[in-house]
Amino acid sequence: MNQPKARQPISTGSDWTFELIEAYDREIGRIAADFGLDTYPNQIEVITSEQMMDAYSSVGMPLNYNHWSFGKQFVETEQNYKRGRMGLAYEIVINSDPCIAYLMEENTITMQALVIAHACYGHNSFFKGNYLFRTWTDASAIIDYLLFAKNYIRRCEEKHGVDEVEKLLDSCHALMNYGVNRYKRPRPLTAAEERERQRSREEYIQRHLNDLWNTTVPRKSDDEAGKLPRFPAEPEENILYFIEKNAPLLEPWQREIIRIVRKVAQYFYPQKQTQVMNEGWACFWHYTLLHQLFDEGLVTDGFMMEFLHSHSSVIYQPPFDSPYFSGINPYTLGYNMMQDIRRICEKPTDEDREWFPDIAGSDWRETLMDAMRNYKDESFILQFLSPHLMRELKLFSILDDSSRPTLRVDAIHNERGYRAIRESLSAQYNLGNREPNIQVYNVNVRGDRALTLRHYMHNGQPLGESTDEVLKHLHRLWGFDIRLESVTPDGEVMQSYACPPQAHELTVESIA
Amino acid sequence: MSYIIDRRENAKKKSTVNRQRFLRRYKQHIKKAVEEAIHDRSIKDIDQGGQVTIPKRDISEPVFHHGEGGIRHKIFPGNQEFVEGDEFRRPEGGGGGGAGQGKASNQGEGEDDFTFNISQDEFLDFMFENLELPWMVRKQLKDATTFETRRAGFTSAGSPEKLHIVRSLRAAHARRIALTDKETRQQIRALRKELWALEDTSPSPERNEKINALRARITELEKSSRKLPFLDDFDLRYTNMVRVPMPSSKAVMFCVMDVSGSMTQSIKDMAKRFFILLYLFLNRNYKQIEVVFVRHHTHAKEVDEQEFFYSRETGGTIVSSALALSADIIDERYPPADWNIYIAQASDGDNWDGDSATCSKILTERILPKTQYFAYVEITTGPHQNLWHEYEHVHEVFKEQFAMQQITDAGEIYPVFRRLFEKRTEGTHESA
Repeated sequence: MNQPKARQPISTGSDWTFELIEAYDREIGRIAADFGLDTYPNQIEVITSEQMMDAYSSVGMPLNYNHWSFGKQFVETEQNYKRGRMGLAYEIVINSDPCIAYLMEENTITMQALVIAHACYGHNSFFKGNYLFRTWTDASAIIDYLLFAKNYIRRCEEKHGVDEVEKLLDSCHALMNYGVNRYKRPRPLTAAEERERQRSREEYIQRHLNDLWNTTVPRKSDDEAGKLPRFPAEPEENILYFIEKNAPLLEPWQREIIRIVRKVAQYFYPQKQTQVMNEGWACFWHYTLLHQLFDEGLVTDGFMMEFLHSHSSVIYQPPFDSPYFSGINPYTLGYNMMQDIRRICEKPTDEDREWFPDIAGSDWRETLMDAMRNYKDESFILQFLSPHLMRELKLFSILDDSSRPTLRVDAIHNERGYRAIRESLSAQYNLGNREPNIQVYNVNVRGDRALTLRHYMHNGQPLGESTDEVLKHLHRLWGFDIRLESVTPDGEVMQSYACPPQAHELTVESIA
Repeated sequence: MSYIIDRRENAKKKSTVNRQRFLRRYKQHIKKAVEEAIHDRSIKDIDQGGQVTIPKRDISEPVFHHGEGGIRHKIFPGNQEFVEGDEFRRPEGGGGGGAGQGKASNQGEGEDDFTFNISQDEFLDFMFENLELPWMVRKQLKDATTFETRRAGFTSAGSPEKLHIVRSLRAAHARRIALTDKETRQQIRALRKELWALEDTSPSPERNEKINALRARITELEKSSRKLPFLDDFDLRYTNMVRVPMPSSKAVMFCVMDVSGSMTQSIKDMAKRFFILLYLFLNRNYKQIEVVFVRHHTHAKEVDEQEFFYSRETGGTIVSSALALSADIIDERYPPADWNIYIAQASDGDNWDGDSATCSKILTERILPKTQYFAYVEITTGPHQNLWHEYEHVHEVFKEQFAMQQITDAGEIYPVFRRLFEKRTEGTHESA
């Protein structure tokens, strides 16, 4: 056993050195291993604030292809930072193997230790353990793949011009959220395989496409077209995938770029679904690990004061009527839920025993590890949000029905409301509810090749105002007419969009 | 297992390409902001970089998202007094937001704007864009004050490559001489002579004893002088270099403009660009620049910049009044011995008929002998006016100093400067 070394703190000042970072990392790593955290090796990189801004604006990746939207992000970050409107994130951590974490040189040694505990052991173990990351992303290949993507897109720019590539990327980005397989599991590929297969794929797709479109014959009548089987036979959720494989007019390099955007979207897909859990997990562990350091006498009281100050501002949740309120803070929710699970395991009340009979009184480490591995935000909340925490956060639910003139409080943190609140909160983190469910429905193969999408409405919510703009991008990719229908669960078409704006409506009017 | 890597020395500015892509895409917006800055800013502040604002609407990246309407449940924290079943009105503007949600910025028509800064270089690039300046000239205009490094004696501190060996050894020699006294050296020399003399004699115990004594004495004396190092730290001399700003002379720039009724705001804006360009050019060439604004209609007045460009006055046009006033100011405040004098005159060329002759008289007698350069631009689309014809005669006499040009749009401002730059940068005269 590692016994406390007679209360000899690792450091007393606030300045950091590489030796100190190493010492803290060693101690925190030892404690993390004692707690049973399984991590990728860490690659801790010390960078300047300017480099942090760079990393920030390329969606947190150490390298990425060039696009104006990243420049916009950079300009915005720089502007806010210079005006002192926001501090930079203390850390960025990348789901890769080894796990790359950035430390900013401006930070004090306390902050560096906090970041090491939070990112290098918290997030890192989450990346390695959680089922979504395990099945959807390949940590060892992502950096290589991004390098491949960056070089490929640069070559395309040289060959086809920056403008052409930029337009294509704009269109892909507009549909990026619809470039993921939500249910089907992708087969992870290494960058080397990717390159190898890229060339053969180009040829194959082009041939395959020609076959598909070669078989088309002139349309005889609309009635006949109506009886033909739809293409695709089943609605396709991954719009970018569908376009990559089926758009008739795209060049091979354009298909490859669509594929790149798709792959990147897929890589970030698990992160979107586990924000609460991931941050909660990391906060829980930096709190636990640093307290253990303190208990062993390895850090000073001053260190703890500074750490607790940062910690409590990170997990602060402004109430709904505060000017600082901007939704539920995922750090707060996640951290409190993790602590709450530990509480339920260690000191269960009668209420906990009733609500969580299977975990009340169990070993907290095993229970937490199990939760981390096998859940995403939606299911995690549905499973583990306790009445105790709902009371503590004073959660309440508001029903906003656009057909009624008023808002209604339909549940509060009391006996009758617990289940409703838990379900609503869980649904709030369901990506399927947050993003409109839009799928490829049909292609008029024998006619004008128009692509029809269907928006399956959820709770009667219509599409937002930028829909027409997105359709223009879709039209650029597909090359032929685009139609989009919002349908209710009963199959009734509530609203339809078209790009270019539908000509036959005009003709109908002129005839009438 | 952890690796700790210091990346601070790695390539910075990774986002430069992305940033440039962004600027390229929103060129039109930035250009507009630069135009506005040219219009609003003082000539002296023109090369400061600037703030560009783009409406959020133009810059957003569209995605599919839910619009307002339908049914939704939302969970909020921090309940105080609500109980189940409470109903209240929708907060204004927020629509789907629910109680107090942070959507205030979307209220009504008011949209957030996207604001960012462009650097001085970028600003000037955009400003020069439709002036059609050759690249060399652009570069010259953007360069900050240049410095020349000159020798300035020797110092006792400096970097090794500046070490001056001769001076250092000379100092060391002097120190050694100064620190050993003359008597000791003479004594050693005398003792040595004695020693050599003794060594030539035949050996005897007495002689050996004497020789040993002499040797001991010499060693003792030499020891004290050898303690002095051959070369000491403070002997070292380094070549001293100083940075001298070049050139360091002073210039005054007169902006003379006709503000009679015929000068519209767009003509004035074009004139302002012309003045700015001259100012930037002078700014690069001279350390200290003063700008004098003289406006005139039937009589001339020295004014500040704001009044110069934006106050409205109308009346007839007597150009000579402005020239006379400029000449007076030169006589009073800017002796040609101390100042490089530049005059830029902008007008629509319209002058009271009897006055043009007076103008050329003042020019040739009172102004041109004292000025470096006089640039006249006639901003008009029509045929040349009477002042132009008069000035053509002046141009015949003062080819070097007097430039005149008709300008119909901003692209034509530059030719006026060409002569000036040729003179400066190549030392050749305009041939055609």
